[in-house]
Amino acid sequence: MKKIKVLIVDDSSVMRKMVERSLRQAGVNISEVFEANNGMEALSLVRQNALDLVLSDINMPVMDGLEFIRQLQAVDSARGVPVVMITTEGSASPMGEALLFGARGYITKPFTPDQIKEQVFPLLEG
Amino acid sequence: MKTLTQRKGHKSLRPEAGWAPLLQNSIVDVFDIMLASRLQPADPPDPPLAADFTSMVGLAGDLCGVISFHCRASSAVSITSKMLGMEVQTFDETVRDAIGEICNVVAGNFKAKVTGIVNECMLSVPSVICGSDYKLYSIVDGERVEVAFLFEGEPIWVTLDLNN
Repeated sequence: MKKIKVLIVDDSSVMRKMVERSLRQAGVNISEVFEANNGMEALSLVRQNALDLVLSDINMPVMDGLEFIRQLQAVDSARGVPVVMITTEGSASPMGEALLFGARGYITKPFTPDQIKEQVFPLLEG
Repeated sequence: MKTLTQRKGHKSLRPEAGWAPLLQNSIVDVFDIMLASRLQPADPPDPPLAADFTSMVGLAGDLCGVISFHCRASSAVSITSKMLGMEVQTFDETVRDAIGEICNVVAGNFKAKVTGIVNECMLSVPSVICGSDYKLYSIVDGERVEVAFLFEGEPIWVTLDLNN
């Protein structure tokens, strides 16, 4: 697997570190990690960097994950970049909305590295 | 005035075995998966202990109230270290962030477990209180559930205050 650039979006810095650690434990080969506190910061990073994968929380201040993924559709450089939602919101409604806006999958907190692997690997291989 | 429950035509929002088992399972799941820690069941501290860290997440919708997570400073540091996979020794923003996130994930897990009992339940972003010189009073006139565990020999406890 080639080395990838990942963007992790979560308003908790501890959770961002946990996601990064789980990705590495799952065997994802990471060359660079970008971090954003909310959707607004994430959009700015997406416009400035060529990314291979985005993992985003939903429930965040300033701009939530649903609005982020909705606006991401209009960013040319993000076309084809897989987005996976990572959230405490296990209910069907926000997940359905995220999938409609182009999310390729979702992971519910708390998660294990195996759950990350299950969601992320097929996206990186395909 | 009719309650939400009556308006929606349910007899009661309360699960048959009460809220405590669902809350206990949520906390055990979160500590097991996120921290690889097995919690020991315990009785709620009596007399009540002063927590050094309290994090709170609000519930809104069919189920209204607050879930609060309480622990001592030593537990907060240990929880943070386990979440990050590295030793943390100072009480800084990272510890507050970690304790807020624990409550957030417990609330999310609890919400997933009550799906089917309640139709809609939204979560607030977490708030964290640090320091032991405070008392937390719930002004909601409803059911209160408190569950406690030992984490590395130290008490941690979670309260669910529901609005009628």
